[in-house]
Amino acid sequence: MEDISFNVNGKRTSVSAEPSTPLLWVIREKLGLTGTKYGCGIAACGACTVHVDGIATRSCVTPVSDVSGKKVTTIEGLSENGDHPLQKAWVQEQVPQCGYCQSGQIMQAAELLAKKGNPTRQEIVEHMNGVLCRCATYYRIIKAIESAATGRKP
Amino acid sequence: MTEKNETGISRRGFLKAAGGVTFAVAAYALLPKLPFGGEAEASGEFVEKEINAWVRIAADGKITIYNPAAEMGQGSMTALPIILAEEMDADWYDVRIENSPIEPDIYGSGSPGRLAMITVGSRSVRTYYDSLRLAGASVRKAMLDAGAKKLGVPVSELTTGPSVVIHKKSDNRVSYGELAGSMEIPASPPKATLADLKDPKDFRLIGNQRVPRSDIPAKTDGSAMYSIDVRLPGMAYGMISHSPVNGAKPSLKNAASIRSMKGVLGVVELDQGVGVIAESVEEALAAKNALDIAWAGGEARGHNTGSMFDEYAAAASDASRSGSSLDSAGDAAGALSRAEKKYSADYLNDHAYHAQMEPLNAVVSVASDGKSAEVWAGSQAPDGARSAAARVLGIDRSKVKYNQMYLGGGFGRRSNSDYVEEAAALAKTINRPVKMMWTREDDITFGQFRPGSLQRMEAGVDSKGNIAAWRYTIVGTGGGLLTSGAESQFYDLPNRLVERRDVEAGIRTKHWRAVGHGANKFAIEAFIDEIAHGEGVDPYEFRRRLMAKQPRALKVLDTAAEMADWSKPSPKGRAKGIAFAERSGSLCAGVCEVSVADGRIRVHKIWCALDSGQVIQPDNVIAQSEGNMLMGLGNVLYESVTIRSGKVVETNFDGYNIARIEDTPDLIEIKIIPSNEPPAGVGEAALPFIGGAVSNAVFALTGKRLRHIPFTREKVLKELSG
Repeated sequence: MEDISFNVNGKRTSVSAEPSTPLLWVIREKLGLTGTKYGCGIAACGACTVHVDGIATRSCVTPVSDVSGKKVTTIEGLSENGDHPLQKAWVQEQVPQCGYCQSGQIMQAAELLAKKGNPTRQEIVEHMNGVLCRCATYYRIIKAIESAATGRKP
Repeated sequence: MTEKNETGISRRGFLKAAGGVTFAVAAYALLPKLPFGGEAEASGEFVEKEINAWVRIAADGKITIYNPAAEMGQGSMTALPIILAEEMDADWYDVRIENSPIEPDIYGSGSPGRLAMITVGSRSVRTYYDSLRLAGASVRKAMLDAGAKKLGVPVSELTTGPSVVIHKKSDNRVSYGELAGSMEIPASPPKATLADLKDPKDFRLIGNQRVPRSDIPAKTDGSAMYSIDVRLPGMAYGMISHSPVNGAKPSLKNAASIRSMKGVLGVVELDQGVGVIAESVEEALAAKNALDIAWAGGEARGHNTGSMFDEYAAAASDASRSGSSLDSAGDAAGALSRAEKKYSADYLNDHAYHAQMEPLNAVVSVASDGKSAEVWAGSQAPDGARSAAARVLGIDRSKVKYNQMYLGGGFGRRSNSDYVEEAAALAKTINRPVKMMWTREDDITFGQFRPGSLQRMEAGVDSKGNIAAWRYTIVGTGGGLLTSGAESQFYDLPNRLVERRDVEAGIRTKHWRAVGHGANKFAIEAFIDEIAHGEGVDPYEFRRRLMAKQPRALKVLDTAAEMADWSKPSPKGRAKGIAFAERSGSLCAGVCEVSVADGRIRVHKIWCALDSGQVIQPDNVIAQSEGNMLMGLGNVLYESVTIRSGKVVETNFDGYNIARIEDTPDLIEIKIIPSNEPPAGVGEAALPFIGGAVSNAVFALTGKRLRHIPFTREKVLKELSG
């Protein structure tokens, strides 16, 4: 066990864990931030996506030691009151069904919008393709990202 | 918490018996909420009144309505309360929704004496519609009676508006909240009859495009609670290594070394595998991976998907065999032998896996004396799950408090309680709460599958080009799961025989969204298309003839064709296919426009028409239909479970492919046919037509017929080169 320190959603955090422990389990079970989900454990579904220093990262295959000294943002920390433009667009377009993958979808999409204010449909599809949704809410995910992107234009 | 629950139940039981209105203090009576959490409720000790078993009204005007159905993404936790709120004339802004207690006698649906709480078969809205309307109307009557007393006017002079009783004559009004604050308990409860129900033209909430789903905000900020998210003080983590071959019995060879692993709290030998309990997820995983188990036997060990269809074809051809007859009329065999022209084809579909995004899991906490327990799970059959846990723990089900959580996808998998039983079996061995989780690998390799099948279609056509004989034989494992959509009740097929021949494979099978309809409608709709082309008739016109006596179905078909501009050719390199399917009372027709490049099918556009009777939440019906079509498309293009000597080959999403965002058509257009017929199910209705529509479109484009789901690139290339 080692003490590993990093920043989670703006707060300095220290955990005692085996360095190889996947960040996912630290976030969920030790820190209680359960909005980030387990789906596959092999970075094949994207349900566990968080940001590490702003980069969309599959927390299920990221050893917690890798984020030592870094900034981790989970769905709980994406916005102050659940009002990130994407979260608002997600409600507006009524995207979620079972909802289980949606934290990962939103975190993956947030990285795209942070990099590119007004992505094309093709760019959205390419960026989002690794995040699976079994309810297949993809049609609305595309609409919501497009509408959030438009809404952000000055 | 358990005590509160028991009190709540008995009080509600009393209410049912007494049928009356009574006082309740919120902090005392509240039961598990969505999202789960017991802290918030303790703070607000406001007086509220339970008007009937479904509704409480607080003095501040807040209205609480119980949801009896599992919320797994289909939206019924909103749709059902809307039905009730409509008839009680509630202002939707006042309404909060809570999960009802698991008490089928009060909150179940079905026939009297056989009420059940089970969320399957797109039944919730259909089966609760009448009873929730009446329950709502009874609340409205109670409020009218209370209003008459309060205002001192005859009840006949009163009407209601959103959460308010109105006396038009005096322009006086009193809110439901104000009435709840002061109303007296009537000696006998107001009973509502059909005459008390609203005329559908006066609906404000039912059919309203703008009423959003209540679960959605919590599903955008990470606060929605699934059972996998439950964390309890002192909780341990359980994992199970399951039989790689269904039915194989384990014998653990290294129990001592597993027990000595860091963090390991226990090893539990089960019938279907070996469980480990540890301090953390990662320690439980490490222990699970270190298990050295010898497996013996297993009824599925002779099953191989590689040779499955040869076996099934032989069973279909075996003249000495007859199957169980599912539907017959006239003389199919005679008509077939007399037919002018005969058609026949075999349609195949592989085993399919549910792949709900939340792997199966449950949390169980057993009291230290072993005499009571609490369960947190997401189940389509919560009453069954509670009973299953009680059985494993050897206690009465009344001693098990069941907390229903959001379901991270159900699709039929979560109506089986096997995972709740497993959680109970582990928790029973340790004096701590246990979160038992399946890995994705467990979820697929120990999956229960929509069974693959071979469907042999034979038809005879008479001299006028009409189908005079229809023989349809379905072969596979899984019994009724293979055939739910085998009847073609909207097509005029005078001489027909539909039968099933069972070949026991020993594998685990289960309902999968739309059950047999996905495979059955694929075979039926593609075969109809083959006959239409063979007869030189447009496939849409051919279906119109078959449906001539079915005006509702015809309207659906015509609407889809019109939306797609059917008679207008597609742009170069693309073609359209049409198909029709009914499911759980809904009628659905769709047109897909496809192209094929390098063996890859791309669906560019889907037009879909749907008649689901009275629609509660139009936008949710659209959302369900979009999801159905796209989930169905993934199944049709990619999904396949391979089994070798009983062992599932695919172990995760790197091998089992489902629809991705790149598969999303550029256009999905859905039209709901306006109707005041009773509501039909929408949770599966738009899935079954997809296989036929895609196969038919590919035929229109290439002249090649795809008869084996999934239409993988390899198969398409082979077909195109053949």
